[in-house]
Parts: sequence; C-alpha cells; structure tokens
Amino acid sequence: MEGHAPKEIGSLSFGLMDPEEYRDMSATKVITADTYDDDGFPIDMGLMDPRLGVIDPGLECKTCGKHSGSCNGHFGHIELAAPVIHVGFAKLIRRLLRGTCRECSRLCLTEDEQAEFRDRLDRTRQLGEDLNDVTKAAIRLARKKDRCPHCGEKQFDINHEKPTTYYEVQQVLSSEYPERIAAAMEGRDPDAEDGEEDTDREPIGPNELSEETGIDLERINQILSGEFRPKKDDRKALEKALSVDLTEEDMNKLMPSDIRDWFEDIPDDDMETLGISSEKSRPEWMILTVLPVPPVTARPSITLDNGQRSEDDLTHKLVDIIRINQRFMENREAGAPQLIIEDLWELLQYHVTTFMDNEISGTPPARHRSGRPLKTLSQRLKGKEGRFRGSLSGKRVNFSARTVISPDPTLSLNEVGVPDRVASEMTQTMNVNDRNIEDARRYVANGPEAHPGANYVKRPDGRRLKVTEKNCEELAEKVEVGWEVARHLIDGDIVIFNRQPSLHRMSIMAHEVVVMPYKTFRLNTVVCPPYNADFDGDEMNMHALQNEEARAEARVLMRVQEQILSPRFGENIIGAIQDHISGTYLLTHENPQFNETQALDLLRATSIDELPEADGTDEEGKEYWTGRTVFSELLPEGLSLEFTSSAGDTVKIEEGELVSGTIDEDAVGAFGGEVVDTICKVYGNTRARVFVNEVATLAMRAIMHFGFSIGIDDESIEREAEEQIAEAIDNAYERVQKLIDTYRSGELESLPGRTVDETLEMKIMQTLGKARDSAGDIADDHFGDDNPAVVMAQSGARGSMLNLTQMAGCVGQQAVRGERINRGYEDRTLSHFQRNDLSADAHGFVENSYRNGLTPREFFFHAMGGREGLVDTAVRTSKSGYLQRRLINALSELEAQYDGTVRDTSDTIVQFEFGEDGTSPVRVSSDEKFDIDVESIADRIVEEEFDTEQAREEFLGLQEPTTNLSEHGESWRTASGTEVESDD
Amino acid sequence: MTEITDDIEAVVEDTDLPRRLKDEVYETVEARDGVTAEQVESITQAVESQYLDTRIDPLDPVGTVSAQSIGEPGTQMTMNTFHYAGVAEIDVTQGLPRLIELVDARKTPDTPMMTVHLDGEYAEDREKAHEVVWQIEATRILALGDISTNVADMLVRIDLNEETLEERWPTVESLPEVAGEIADTIDSKLGVETVQPEPTVIEFGPDQPSYRELLQLVEELREVVFKGIDEISRVVIRKEELEDGEEFVLYTEGSSFGDVLDIEGVDASRTTCNNIHEINRNLGIEAAREAIIEETMNTLEEQGLDDVNIRHLMLVADIMTNNGEIESIGRHGISGNKDSVLARAAFEVTVNHLLDAAIHGEVDALDGVTENVIVGKPIKLGTGDVDLRMGAKQTGGKSADD
Repeated sequence: MEGHAPKEIGSLSFGLMDPEEYRDMSATKVITADTYDDDGFPIDMGLMDPRLGVIDPGLECKTCGKHSGSCNGHFGHIELAAPVIHVGFAKLIRRLLRGTCRECSRLCLTEDEQAEFRDRLDRTRQLGEDLNDVTKAAIRLARKKDRCPHCGEKQFDINHEKPTTYYEVQQVLSSEYPERIAAAMEGRDPDAEDGEEDTDREPIGPNELSEETGIDLERINQILSGEFRPKKDDRKALEKALSVDLTEEDMNKLMPSDIRDWFEDIPDDDMETLGISSEKSRPEWMILTVLPVPPVTARPSITLDNGQRSEDDLTHKLVDIIRINQRFMENREAGAPQLIIEDLWELLQYHVTTFMDNEISGTPPARHRSGRPLKTLSQRLKGKEGRFRGSLSGKRVNFSARTVISPDPTLSLNEVGVPDRVASEMTQTMNVNDRNIEDARRYVANGPEAHPGANYVKRPDGRRLKVTEKNCEELAEKVEVGWEVARHLIDGDIVIFNRQPSLHRMSIMAHEVVVMPYKTFRLNTVVCPPYNADFDGDEMNMHALQNEEARAEARVLMRVQEQILSPRFGENIIGAIQDHISGTYLLTHENPQFNETQALDLLRATSIDELPEADGTDEEGKEYWTGRTVFSELLPEGLSLEFTSSAGDTVKIEEGELVSGTIDEDAVGAFGGEVVDTICKVYGNTRARVFVNEVATLAMRAIMHFGFSIGIDDESIEREAEEQIAEAIDNAYERVQKLIDTYRSGELESLPGRTVDETLEMKIMQTLGKARDSAGDIADDHFGDDNPAVVMAQSGARGSMLNLTQMAGCVGQQAVRGERINRGYEDRTLSHFQRNDLSADAHGFVENSYRNGLTPREFFFHAMGGREGLVDTAVRTSKSGYLQRRLINALSELEAQYDGTVRDTSDTIVQFEFGEDGTSPVRVSSDEKFDIDVESIADRIVEEEFDTEQAREEFLGLQEPTTNLSEHGESWRTASGTEVESDD
Repeated sequence: MTEITDDIEAVVEDTDLPRRLKDEVYETVEARDGVTAEQVESITQAVESQYLDTRIDPLDPVGTVSAQSIGEPGTQMTMNTFHYAGVAEIDVTQGLPRLIELVDARKTPDTPMMTVHLDGEYAEDREKAHEVVWQIEATRILALGDISTNVADMLVRIDLNEETLEERWPTVESLPEVAGEIADTIDSKLGVETVQPEPTVIEFGPDQPSYRELLQLVEELREVVFKGIDEISRVVIRKEELEDGEEFVLYTEGSSFGDVLDIEGVDASRTTCNNIHEINRNLGIEAAREAIIEETMNTLEEQGLDDVNIRHLMLVADIMTNNGEIESIGRHGISGNKDSVLARAAFEVTVNHLLDAAIHGEVDALDGVTENVIVGKPIKLGTGDVDLRMGAKQTGGKSADD
C-alpha cells in the first residue's frame, strides 16, 4: 500500500444519524431513477453519478479524484417526499408511542419512577446484562398510566399493524347509540342480529331510566332520537343502567410524520430512562426523511458477455424508491386526493422497508424480474455468507495454495513436499544484504519460470519491478544491498499447512518446504492423525508466511514436532499408524532373527549406521540380531518403561533396550503410544520427532522384509468350522423360537419397567448377539496368529476382531434405532415373510458372513442398517459443528495470565488457576497421576551423569533446548539450495 | 543421611515449588549420604525446571484450546442413542444430544433422572429402602386398585388392593385409615363427596347425573397423586457394590431434587440429579458447576472419550457459572451477553444487535478476539499479547522486520 499509513481503529461507536448529517456527507442528491445514458455514461444526479465513486477502470472519481480501486466511494442522498419508518426500529417505535404522552411527549412516569429505572439501568449496565429487560419494564409501567403524570392528558392504546403501521385506539361513542339504547330499553340484546328476544334483560321505560341514571327525561328522549350525544358521564350512567356498551373503537392511523413530530418533543432525560442514548440517537431519527444512497462501489454493476449491464439488487431497489418518490411529489403538487397520496405513501414505505430488509414476515419480498427475491441491506449482513461472518471474520488471503495430498514416507514429519509450480508462485521477501546478495542475484537471474527464481524485486525507493524472462539477467545485475527480492519458496522455508475442517489446533501446523516435481502436496503418513487426512482425494491448503515475526512464531510454536502432544488428552497424537504398526509388530512380536545384511537393511533409512553387538550365533556360526535389538537401536539411551501392549504382553524397556514384549499400537501408535509419549515428555520434541521418523522407516523396512498382504482367502475357514458356526446359529434360532413360544403363550415374564413386548425384543437381541459372538469365537479359533487380519487386529494397526468375525463368521443382527428391523409393510418387514413373524431372519438377522455373501433379504436389511449410519453421520457433523462454533465463540477470549489466573479480554477472572492446579493439559495425560520423580533427578545430579555442560544446563533448566532449528540445520543454506541433504 | 541445614532450606524455600514437592526434595536429600549444598541447589533447580514445565504457559489461549478439545470429539460421538446408563431400566439421553443439552443449559433435560443414595440402615435393608421408594415414586390410583364406573347409579367405584396398600403405607397400622386417607385426597382434589361402603372400597359420583362428567372424573382421578412426588414416575432400586459391602441405591425417572433431599433416609450428600438448574436452586452455583463437570465427563465417558482432560470441562463449567447463575453457551447466554457489539453481530442475529447498539449508543472498545479480527488488528491473546520487541540492530539497510 503506497503512501497509506496503516489506519488503526481505536474504538467503534454506534448510533443513529441525523438527517442533516446525511445531507452533509452526501456527495450528491440523487433525483433521477436512470443509471446510464445511451452512450453508457453515468447520468448526473442519477444512481451511478460519478461523484458517488467509480467502478469502471480508467474513470476518475469526481469527488476525490482517485481511480477505481483506490476510491472507496461516497454516499449520496435521496430527499424523501414524506417521512417513512425505519423497519428495524418498528418495535421500539411502538414501545415509545405506548410509553410517552400523546400530548407533551414525556415519558408517562413520575420523577421518582424515572429515577428508579435510571438506577436499575445503571446497575444492569455495570453488570453487563441486557438493558432491554429494564426498559421493557419501564414501558410496561408507563403504559398502565391512564393519564400523563405531567400534563394530565388522557392516554390511548396504540395498535401496531406489522410491519410499519400504527393506530391510536380511542373509545368513542358508537354511531349507533340511539338504536343500542332503544334496543336495551326494549329488553333486546343490542348485539344480537334482528333484535331477537333475549334473556335476562327486562324492558325498562324512559321514566325509570331517568330515575336510575339521574338524567332528565327530556334529555333521554333527545338522546333516543339521536338529537343529542350523551356526554361521557351520562354515557357511563346509561351503560351501567342498561348494561350495554355504547362505545366503539376508533382506529386513528398515525402517519410517520405525526410520529416524527411526537418523538421530536421527547425530552433527552426521558430517553435516558429508556436506555436510549439521547446524544447519539434521537428517536425522531428512526423516522427517515432523508435516505442515504450507498456508494456505487457498494453496489457495482456487472457487464455481461453481451455488453448489457446488470445492476446490483440495491440499485434496483433504489430505482424503485426514486420512482415512487417522484410520483409522490408530483401527485402532491398536483393536489391529488388524500386517498392516492396515502397509497403512494404506503408504497414508498414498502420500498424503503424492503430496501432495508427483504425478509420481513407478513410483507411480500421485493423480487427481481426473474422471481428471485432481492438481496437487500439486511440480507447482505446476515448469515454465514453475510458480511460479518463471510467477509469480516473470514478473510481471503494471498500467498496460499491448495491441492491434492499424497503420501511420501521419505519425508520427515516436519516437512511438506511442495510442487515446484506452487513454489514458484508463492514468494518470500529477501532483504538483500552483503551476505545474501549472491543468492539474491542468482534467484533474480533465474527468472520467474525456473525454480529457485524470483518474481518481483523492490528497489529502495519503493518501486516494484516484475521479473520476467526477458529482463531477469539485466535485473539481476542491478540488485544491490537494500533491495527486496521476492524469491520462490525453497527447501527449508517454513509454511503453514492446514486441512479442513480445522477442529483443533493440530489442524494447522507449520512445515518445512521440500520442493518437488509433480502436482501434489506430499506429506509423511505419520501426520495424518492430527490432520485427520487420508489420500483418497483430500486436498489441503498451504500458506506462505510473509514476515520474519510470523516465520519465527510458526517455527517455534507451530511446527509439527511442537504439536506431537495433543492438549485434549495430554498424550502424543503423532505416531506410527497402520502398516507401521503391523511392521513393528512383526519385528518384535516373535522376536525374529536377522543376519547382518538383513539387520543393516532394516536400519538403512535411519541414522543408525553401526550394528550393536550381535545377540548370538546360529547353527552355522553366523551372527544374528533379533528384531527387538534392532528396534532398541532407535530408543534413546537410558529410557526405561514398562507397560502392557495391545497384543496383551508386558513390554519392558530397560536402559534403552527392549527386553521383552511386542511393540504395537500401545507403544508407538498415534493417540497415546506409550514410548512416543514418554520420549516426547522426557527427551523433548526433537528427540520424539527423530524417533517417530525412524520408527516409521524401520517399520516400513520390516514389513517389506516379511511381506504383508490380505485377500479374500485369508478369511476362509475350514468346513468343520463353518459347520460349527451353522450349529451355533441354529441353536440361537431355536432359543429365539422358544422365547417366541413363551411369549405367545403369555408366559414370558417382563423385566421391571418394561413391557412384555420390549422384554421379548431385548431377549432376542441378546440371544442373537451371543450367537454372533460365538460364531466369531469359532472363527477366531481357526485363524492362526500369522493371519494378516489377526495381526492387524491384535496389533491395533487396523480393524478389530469384530470386523474379522463379520468377515469370516456371521454379520449379525442389523439394527435401526437400536432395535431389530421392524419397519416396512403392515405387520411384517418384507412381503417374503408371514405377518407377525417374530423370528430372527424376518427382522434383519444376517447369518451369513461377508465372505460367504448375503442373501437378497439379508442384503436389504444390511442396507437399512447402513443407511441409518450414513444419515447419522450427516446429522452429527452439522450438529457438532455448530456446538464447536458456539463453544469457541464463548471461550475464545479466555487466556492464562502471568499470575496464573484465567481471564477474558475484559479482565474478568474466570478461574484463579487453570484447571484448579495450573497444570498444562499438554504436558499431563488425563488418565495418569502425573508426578515429578525427585528421586531420579537426585540420582542424576549426585552421580553427575551428563555428557556435556550443555546437557547439564538443559537438565537444570538454565538453558532451553533449541527446538526451533531447521530440520536440516543450515545444510540447505550452505548448499546454496542446489542440493538438499536428506536425513533419511 | 544429610542434614537439612539452614542454607539448604533457604535454597529450597526460595523456589516456586508447591509444599508437596519441597517436602519431597527434603526427604530425598535426607535419605542420601553426603549431598553437598551445591548439589542440593542443582536438584532443586532441576525439580523446579521440570515443575515449571508442567505449568500452563502465561498468555496461553486456554479457552480456545478447551473449546476445541470438547468440540473435536463431538464429531466422533453418536446421535440419537438412548443408552442404558448403568441401569438397564432407565433410558437416559446420551451422546451428542446430551452434550448439546448441557452446554445449552436447558431448563429441563430431555430425560430427567436422579440417583438417590440412602443413609444408614435405609441403605442396607431392602424393606427400609422401599419405604423411601414409596415416598418418592408418585402413586396414582391405578397402582392402588381397580376402578369401575357404574353408569346406572352414576358412581365411580374404586376397589383398593389391600396388599399394595400395606406395601405402600408400611408405617400406617390399619387399612381403613389408609383408605380414609385416600378418600380424603380424592375429596379435596376432585371436589366430590366420597363414601366408603366397605373399608377398602371408595365410591363417588358427580353432583348432578351427567355421563360426560362421570367419565371426566375418572380421567381426573387417574392423574391424582396419592403419595410421592408428582414428577417422579418410576423408581428403580439397585444393589450396588461398595468398597466395604453393599448398599441400595435408587434411580428415578423424572426429577425433583429439592423434595427428595428432605425425605428421611436420603443421603443428601451423595444424592444427585441430572438437571443442573435444580442443583443450582438447591445446592448453589458451586454445586451446579461440579454437576456440569460431572455430567459432561460422564457423557464423554459413555462414548469412550474419557481421555478428554477434565480441565477443559472445568473451564466450560466455570464460564457457564461465572456470573453466579447458569448461563448457556450460545446466543442466549455467554455469546449474546458479550460487551462487544461486533462480536455479538458476528455470532448470530447480526442485524438486531447492530440496531440495538445504535439505539443504546454503544461504543465497541475492540478488546476481544472477534472484534479485532473484523477490524484487522492484532488479537490480544497468545503472542499477540506481548508488547516486548527485540531490538533489531541496524546493520546497514533495513531492520529484519519488514
């Protein structure tokens, strides 16, 4: 931004605007409804007046002289022929009409009452609660007053006809009063049609009436003949004597101009009682006399392919307003009848209303020619794609890229493979100095196309020059110290990488760039769990950082290795997954032996380049190494651990040696792999990163060594087992039949709190569930421990024993809403069954296995169950997304302070200590009691077991371990970007 | 044995360690031989460094982290499962709907329930426990006997079942007394005259013979609660294992926390209910906070997400109860009561918030997060809350910060 000092907003003040202010800030008055003339130029004092700003490139703004892009536009105004109501304030206007005096416009509350409400208002303001509760109470009290406490004027009720019409309701003498009195005197019901005979009324003569009411007989006769209208007291007396209602409601319409006059007289003090800021928002400003016209830039017209202009919805609406406004004025000047004027007034009100909000209930929305409702001011602000949530809270950014992701196990988990065409589009600013001038010149010389090149240079005088194929050589020589070069991304740069939905902070992490050929982002498979990514077509976003502060923050705080521990459960979220786990399982479960070549081959992609002492010699006298020994090479020295693996055995690690046990998901897996977790917490993030990288590569080597595949044959079982399963299922069918028989004979005893039907269902479900399980058990017995599905299930790599049961044994009961399938036809699920058949197969029990294949009926039931699952997922994502949004919105302002308290941004204390003990959820796992091992610390200090002084200082916490180093150290810089040494 | 000298004590006491760890340091040092003062200093330093490592970092945006930590597992939870939590007989809303219900701070949960623990002998003796059950469970006429309508005489006749009467009124000696009590209740609730032709038979009818009124009386009769608490439709009694022995615990369908606490035999210190508002009313806001934590944790546990750190739930409970009353998370609660106009407008009901702000002449001080995102200023959270700047030395040309 040239020449623009960055403006910082200190605070924002809200209020209504004075019509005078509208006129003052207006660049022009708008009087013509037309936009462009025949030549395509904007018409003066039209809606596209060049003084309102410019949208066409090349034209100059007549107000500020700037061109399109730099001119923000200027407001104009329309002088409305008659005041109209602002719909947004319709309810408030009603409240004010009801609460203030129709004569003196004062709030109908005594001074004492006003003072009380002002006090309450102050208090709620201090407490930060909703002001509306108090102001509504004030209006309620004021409305109850029959007469104004200030001028004594009688008050009438106000009727509000939505959206913007107000009536004053007065009780006046009915025009039919003589007839009604006469009817009542004759003993008829005045309300009844045709004067039917009625009820308890007794006829009353004029004399009696005169006596009862104290009105002269003569006067009564006059009243009866309609010559005299009874005064109020007389009317009351007559009403009482005859028990008849002589009044009718008179609806006196309040025109916006009347309301405006009324509001103008409301004193400022009274406004304050109602919580209305008298200074910023005079109530009469809620009735518009001048309409501001938004700048052209806020409603740009688009030129279609055929050269036709298509105007913005707002412009359309403004055209309508101006047209009606003109007609109104003309008609009024011509002295048109009141009726026509009122109609036009209403029409003008309608157009102004829909200009503000086109979704008012009870009003037909203004529509486009095509029938689409117009998107007017309110609609622009509202909702997810509206101005607030869509444009202001969520901004579009430059220097970002998005493409498909694919796996690359050769990368470190800190790295991301960036396609070269992305790398050469996204740039980093180099400030040229003596030390990097050589590099800078080389980048510029390479031009914008060749990879480590540059796209722009900036001279010290601020001129920005584009580097092109043509001028690059020439420009390279001109580059001097003090210039800025926008060079391409190169290996080792830090970028931000993200996958949506960004549900937790590990969804956005910083990676180091490795520039690669082809078109996808490459990432190590171990970072899939935090991103929740897979490679079935997922896309991810990358952002190049644009200043040193951001780059430093990203490197220190956001790099993948800093995010190994999840704050949700305080254990690692990055670790081995899927085949890595199968690999380590195969490597350590039965502790196989490897000869030297094999052992070296397993470790070749790790930083281990020497084998430890051999574990022994085989029959031929050759040395061998066991799988556990090979794995132990990756462990940090001195690590001691003991835990139970998911395969079920006890894993024992002593002094960095895996003594016994299987390394599987519970040891190295993502989501709390014990070993990764411990290394990360005790030895630091860098060591954990190295460990995870190496475990992944070792595991890949191991699984390649053993070979690992799964096919349909791996789920087949012997005939004998098949028969056993069939028998187990038959048994279950029998038991179900027995249950049904007992039920039918009425002997089934219901469980407490359940009906007999429910009890039967529950028992059948239970029986069939057991049948599936026993089928699974039978199938399991026939699978060896080397069966790949079993290996995967036991090691926790993928799948479960249940999946295996369903593949080989029996799929089991299909359920919809937690019950057996009961829907479909009358009294049966499918027309293949007898009515009221309660048996297992008529209600969705699938006795086949996936391998054997499902019968058509079973398939159908299975699809029913599957559909429920899909619907459930769809509903769940939207619900939990909204829950997350609300939670984040409510909690986003909370921050731990230096004093350990948790406060929001207005410094309200929410917790005195985070989580009652100030412990960070990142460092402490939720399920174990964390404690500092003073004993072992003392051991280390007393025995002085430190390799270097630095290690000692780090241990004492005098020196922070450097975690923000680039993974390849300085290698990429010294190698001048020509070649990158890989660490694996 | 190393003696704890004043020097050593001075070193240890000078740290930020909690009492527990300080004592542990003393113990460890004392248990060893010949530990020098320098070594003690080093040990203390190392312990302190590890201790500080587990502290929450200043300026950590703990709110967002907690919100994410609860929201993220939401995607893994199930919808619409009526799980049978603990007790097979009582349906309780579980999973995501329950979590939403909790943060919404609904006035009544979808499936209100209570867990009533009993005191002393009531907890051990099934008979005694049943006494409490009958005081809690709403007893309606259908449970007590048969109703028949005699259209000819325009009479409703109730034949009380003697056994159930004895069971449900164990403390009252004679049956006629109980029957009389029931008749009195009917008298007052329905406004009719009852007669008892036999000790366990109650008859009554409408004032004027009207078939419709007769049937209406029967309908009304069904709703009359003779004993127990209206809201509680069912009580399930369960024997539960304790560390030392067993006890009877009651689970109720429907809740009326305040009433239950007053009943003799109920252990008020352990009895809970799943309506946080009722807990707030009866036990106060701190108890309500505890209940929110407990309920959210249970909901997550039921879904196998028990690894969520309880500190996150505490923060949510704390912000919900920060005012001294329960505020929901959402536009009717915390988000709707924010100071900033822009923050409210950016959340929900955008236009109304803007119009109200205009009327009240509000000023947005731009302190919070959302506001600053909107106006494009740095957010005062995390690294944005630090005003320190490293003094970049000018080495010819410009500073490192562009």
